[in-house]
Amino acid sequence: MESPLIRFENVSKRLGDKQVLDRASFSIAGGQISAIIGKSGVGKSVLLKHIIGLMEPDSGSIYFEGKPLRGMKKTDRRAFKRRFSYMFQGNALFDSMTVFDNIALPLKERTALPFAQIKQRVAEKIAQLELAGNEHAYPSQLSGGMRKRVALARALVTGPQIVLFDEPTTGLDPIRKNVVHGMISDYQKRFGFTGVLVSHEIPDIFYISHRVIMIDDGAILFEGTPEQLQASGEPLVRQFIHGMTSQLEPDTALVPQPTGECRFKEEIARLQRHETPFSLMLLSVANMVEAQSQIGHLATQKAIGALANRVRENLRVNDICSRYSMNRILIFLPNTNREQARMVADKLAGHISGLAQTGVTMRSGCLAIRAGFVEATRDSLLEQLVAEAEEKSNTVFDFTVCSATEDV
Amino acid sequence: MLNLLQTPLAGLGRPTLFILRETGRLAVFFIRALVLIFSFPLQIQKVVHQVYFIGLKSIFVICLTGAFTGMVLGLQGYYSLVKFGATGFLGAAVALSLIRELGPVLTAIMITGRAGSAIAAEIGIMRISEQIDALETMDINPLRFLVSPRLAGAIISFPLLTAIFDVVGIVGGYLTGSVMLGISPGVYFSRMETAVVMEDVTGGFIKALVFAAVVATVCCFHGYYTHLRAEGFGAKGVSLSTTTAVVHSCVLILVTDYILTSFLL
Repeated sequence: MESPLIRFENVSKRLGDKQVLDRASFSIAGGQISAIIGKSGVGKSVLLKHIIGLMEPDSGSIYFEGKPLRGMKKTDRRAFKRRFSYMFQGNALFDSMTVFDNIALPLKERTALPFAQIKQRVAEKIAQLELAGNEHAYPSQLSGGMRKRVALARALVTGPQIVLFDEPTTGLDPIRKNVVHGMISDYQKRFGFTGVLVSHEIPDIFYISHRVIMIDDGAILFEGTPEQLQASGEPLVRQFIHGMTSQLEPDTALVPQPTGECRFKEEIARLQRHETPFSLMLLSVANMVEAQSQIGHLATQKAIGALANRVRENLRVNDICSRYSMNRILIFLPNTNREQARMVADKLAGHISGLAQTGVTMRSGCLAIRAGFVEATRDSLLEQLVAEAEEKSNTVFDFTVCSATEDV
Repeated sequence: MLNLLQTPLAGLGRPTLFILRETGRLAVFFIRALVLIFSFPLQIQKVVHQVYFIGLKSIFVICLTGAFTGMVLGLQGYYSLVKFGATGFLGAAVALSLIRELGPVLTAIMITGRAGSAIAAEIGIMRISEQIDALETMDINPLRFLVSPRLAGAIISFPLLTAIFDVVGIVGGYLTGSVMLGISPGVYFSRMETAVVMEDVTGGFIKALVFAAVVATVCCFHGYYTHLRAEGFGAKGVSLSTTTAVVHSCVLILVTDYILTSFLL
């Protein structure tokens, strides 16, 4: 890892009788999304509050760009704070202010921008986060999902370099969870900020994170990439990941990524032992970013959900449909060679291409789907097969899916 | 033997230390909020809003209490003075009681009940719902944003409301003394004019200013530190903070009133 942006060195914190952080040491790289995971009440939020200075460690040091936070001059600390935004678990919206005033507050108080410019920047964020028409509403008049988006708009309106998200999807339904994760990932790519995200949404969080830090009983149990975490042999890590991973995603009934990877290993083992053929099909949403900006994050997630449901309906009994990333669905085709896989793909193409014609009311924007397939060999790796399936030569069909779009 | 001596001493020392520590924290809180009133850019709009909330919206209740206080003073004063054949001094007695003492004290107590409790509850709720933490993460000084405008609003409003209370009270005394009980209006007002001097008015206003600082600081302080209360969290913590803010404000108004009176007389 490059020189870290934030570094914790043996940080300990006791709250009352409880040792919340116990010599925690880890690093956060700039320009990436780092997820802090762990069971409830193990000190994830406390850790986040230490980063921004809402809490001071009892012992140990926190470094920002190599400089210790403790003993930082008042002016430096202010400059440091101005580079951050914090999205609270409970949103922490000002309940006596309107949506507009909530989003505009950091600009009004921290900058000397003229009101017209503030209004323009707030209007941009309101449009980007699909909050138009709610500018004069108060937080208590909004749905949970909308409040999250207002909090996100307020966190992003100043163009921060580092955004800290404290359980941004708590209390949201599965579709809106995906929407918020999609927004964080999308805006991180677009604006290039460093994101630190506290969450226990596993495996969803792996789709958008570059690095994962796992905390247990105040100590850092694991630090690395999501792939390294899932491959970890550490019993506590495995137990946690297994415990937190649901069998099916509730909105799409897709098998989550870690379960899909386990299934891949089983099929490869069968192939190695019994020469049983095994193929993979990959459905990729090629225009995810465009679709999000055209029809919104929520409508995009709903369209992907509709696609997944339609795909599952048209698969064979033993075939397994798994989420591979935010915009990719992986289909495992056991006992299937390349020719048979092509037939399955053609049949599926016929059925789901029809979705565009039979489909549901189209408002604007469609998903451009690319479907590719590939047969596994004895020494295949999942990443390598996915890359092959994405190649143009292995693409069997491109089509569009247009789904119903609704406002939240 | 040593323990027998130590226990009561420790019992005495612990609350003394607690009171000293809290007084120190309150003083630092007040000085920081006061200094931040004058930090640039001035928060004129927020101060005007607080003058509206603490001042303008309290006028009705101040007029009502002022009128009845003046009327009861008129009645009590008349039946006391009539025993000495000195009913002509009723106007002076009513005016001096109101301007020097009852005006500032009762105004402060009434505003504590109406606006002080609201301030403590509002800031307390902002604290428990992490809104104050949110301000800190945005690099917005919560003391400057929340406390300074309220302190400035109170400092402007209290003397004005006290003046209204005094005037309405004097009219109330006139209604009972002159209109109901027959004292000549000329005597009522001329004796008042002779007896009341500028020092009485200045003293009353000094008290109003001090009470403004006490009420605004105590109410903001208890709301601001709601999360540090050991005996209650969440909504219960806010309710306890509000109660404590009102009780402490009222007690401190009476204590400082005694201290100020002893200096001003």
